[in-house]
Amino acid sequence: MTTSAIPDTLLTPQQVAGRRALAPHVSMFGRMFLRAAVLRRRRAASALLAMIVAAAVATAMMNLYVDVQAKLRTEFRNYGANVVIVAKDGQTLPVDALAKAGSVFGAKTLAVPFSYAVARTKDGRSVVVGGTNFARARQLNRWWKVSHWPDAPNQALVGMRAATAVSPTRQPFELTFQGKAIELAPTGMLQTGAGEDSRIYLDQSEFQNWTGVAPSTIEVAATGTAAEVETSIRQLAQLMPAADVRPVRQIMEGEANVLNKTRATLYASATLVVLTSALCVLATLIGWVFDRRRDFAIMKALGASELLINGFFAAEAAALGVVGAILGFFVGISVAAWIGRVNFHAPVVPRFSVFPYVLGGSVAVALISAILPIVLLRRVQPAIILKGE
Amino acid sequence: MFPRLVYESFRHQTRRKLLAGIAIAMGVAVATAMIAVATDIGDKINRELRSYGANLVVTPQEDTLDVEVGGVNLKPPSDGAFLNEADLPKIRGTFWHHNIVGFSPMLPVTVKVGSDAKDVTLVGTYFNKAISFGKETFTTGVQITHPWWRVEGSCGDGRLARPGRVEDSPVLCGWPNDDSQNILVGQRLAAKLARKPGDSIDVSGRQLTISGILSTGGVEDDQIVAPLALAQQILGKPGAVRRVYVSALTKPQDALAVQDPQTMTPEVRDRWYCSPYVQSIAYQLEEVIPHSHAEQIRQVAQNEGTVLSRIKGLMLLITFAALFASVLAVSAAMATAIYERRVEVGLMKALGAGNLAVSAIFFAESFLLALVGGVAGFSAGALLAHQIGRSIFNSQISIEPVLFPVILAIAVFVTFGGSAAAIRRAVKFDPVFALRGEG
Repeated sequence: MTTSAIPDTLLTPQQVAGRRALAPHVSMFGRMFLRAAVLRRRRAASALLAMIVAAAVATAMMNLYVDVQAKLRTEFRNYGANVVIVAKDGQTLPVDALAKAGSVFGAKTLAVPFSYAVARTKDGRSVVVGGTNFARARQLNRWWKVSHWPDAPNQALVGMRAATAVSPTRQPFELTFQGKAIELAPTGMLQTGAGEDSRIYLDQSEFQNWTGVAPSTIEVAATGTAAEVETSIRQLAQLMPAADVRPVRQIMEGEANVLNKTRATLYASATLVVLTSALCVLATLIGWVFDRRRDFAIMKALGASELLINGFFAAEAAALGVVGAILGFFVGISVAAWIGRVNFHAPVVPRFSVFPYVLGGSVAVALISAILPIVLLRRVQPAIILKGE
Repeated sequence: MFPRLVYESFRHQTRRKLLAGIAIAMGVAVATAMIAVATDIGDKINRELRSYGANLVVTPQEDTLDVEVGGVNLKPPSDGAFLNEADLPKIRGTFWHHNIVGFSPMLPVTVKVGSDAKDVTLVGTYFNKAISFGKETFTTGVQITHPWWRVEGSCGDGRLARPGRVEDSPVLCGWPNDDSQNILVGQRLAAKLARKPGDSIDVSGRQLTISGILSTGGVEDDQIVAPLALAQQILGKPGAVRRVYVSALTKPQDALAVQDPQTMTPEVRDRWYCSPYVQSIAYQLEEVIPHSHAEQIRQVAQNEGTVLSRIKGLMLLITFAALFASVLAVSAAMATAIYERRVEVGLMKALGAGNLAVSAIFFAESFLLALVGGVAGFSAGALLAHQIGRSIFNSQISIEPVLFPVILAIAVFVTFGGSAAAIRRAVKFDPVFALRGEG
């Protein structure tokens, strides 16, 4: 029969000694450590809870701070191209320009070719005709308001203002370029509020068959930080000496401006939130340690050295910090993921690189809040504490 | 007896009360600052989004097609219709004139430049022109609507201007005066013509001085930009303007914004008219400028709504996190403060105080603490918000006075909430154990 379930008081001293001999050896330090957690469950739990909440909030904030910038950058790509590649005067872009742009900026980057020519309508008016890849242009220029994207030969995308000039009744119309005529159906209407409204767009290959004009411009929506984009631009300029590779400053600067301000605000708010949660831990833990001044006094009365007592409370606080940080970290990344889903419709990727900071911060705050009351109590005689004054 | 108990408690336990008060004040300060920043962030980011440039363009109603490829204007110069420059100040007379940050008229003219008489587009515009409408005077021009334009030129005293944003350099070097005959030359054109600031250049038979080299990263790099009056002289059409770019603060588009004002009921139409949607501002611009057509520049106008709502949403969620953390900090501090006073509770109960009386004392103390901490925290939070606004956005973040009672109410509520559980436990505690010091 096992004796472990029976309280010590019902056993003879021999039995107790026997049981203790069989039990795994736990040092006095370890035993005090465990007992403190088990006997004062409620207070320990509330301290741990504060620790978890603080660690979770800090994790979520750091995760967001790193990830939101990337999220916002993709959001800013809706503004369209931030890099343009233009043929230098009197030259055309090399045939492999698109492939080269893809190799420098990465295969996933949107690069859309555009070619332009001035054609004449039947009544002799000039109109700019552009050739492009519709599928890509649609992805790049999401702000284009298009009634219907052309999907068959001889279909054209006609700008709002061009439409009133060439085909007010939405009838097929004829355009001529250097004597060659083409019959086009105005399938889609395009509205942008900018220069595109006065143009007519055709499919790239159709345009080239008709005019013989090769693409003169490539618009690229390059992802990444400003520095990364700058590097890619320089690389590409070296690869293509015949072309002018330049950033679209309107887009790049607007983005940098808004992003910097947002980042600064985010940083300030994250700092405030993390500080507040640290304060919460401090308040709870100081209370917890202060509450146990009786334990402290007994230890001291029984002859424990200052070092041992400090070590004991520090170890306890550190353990609390570590456990709180680990649990809080996982709560925090789920909170960050939730915020990402709600606000950006894409989860925030958990960043395990912030874990050391959360762990270090938690342990540091826990140690500070344990040491502070100890320093205050050290001056007090144990007898006074034990008398309850 | 009751007021004396509360008073003595504050007098004798200054340290504890101070700690709890500081915790409350800090929690309230963070909450106040975050609420102020979150409510103002939309407005601030909206202004920052103006660095993308104009979001509206006004053109003549009966205009011919623009024929422009790669910044070269192929449209015959006198072809098509024009707007009248004299109508432009009326833009400040629209309903939403406070939301209009600036506007720039544009008049492209094809000119012959240099000894080999090359065709170049010269654009006439305002740089930073003072205009008066009614009693008020304001300045507008490309320095406001096109903030990414950089000008490099000499500053009169010989030193070269530091290229930078308008707000970065108080002394604007290189920008021509709006009444002068000086021009800006795009950087690629300047390189082709081998000209630098200070040189003079032959533009369609006129000798003009280059005051600066313009770099924009766009088509203007191949063009000449001149004061509007000069472009009108060259074209021979005084007062003519081809189009006007307007930069306005707008409200993100919603279902109401995209409705056609013609089909609305008068009541809905009033609401639409009085909301700063890009559509309603365009409508109002058409009203004040005769024979005009105003259109949103979709690249700028359509995207700012999304960016704005993302940033606002993010700040809202972070504000909730901040409020949550403040609530926890305050309740933790209060719980600790009350838990420490079990002996006192025991004594009071041993002397015959009921649960109600004891709770009342604690709640009264919490209330006082919350009031004092709330007022201190609100002031600190207002200061914090002010600092954040100044250091990040270079402008004030103002705190609505109506926020004060709200914040105070929240502080009292949270302090009560944080104390309630601790008070209940303290009251339930057997006085005998408390007095013996076993807890």
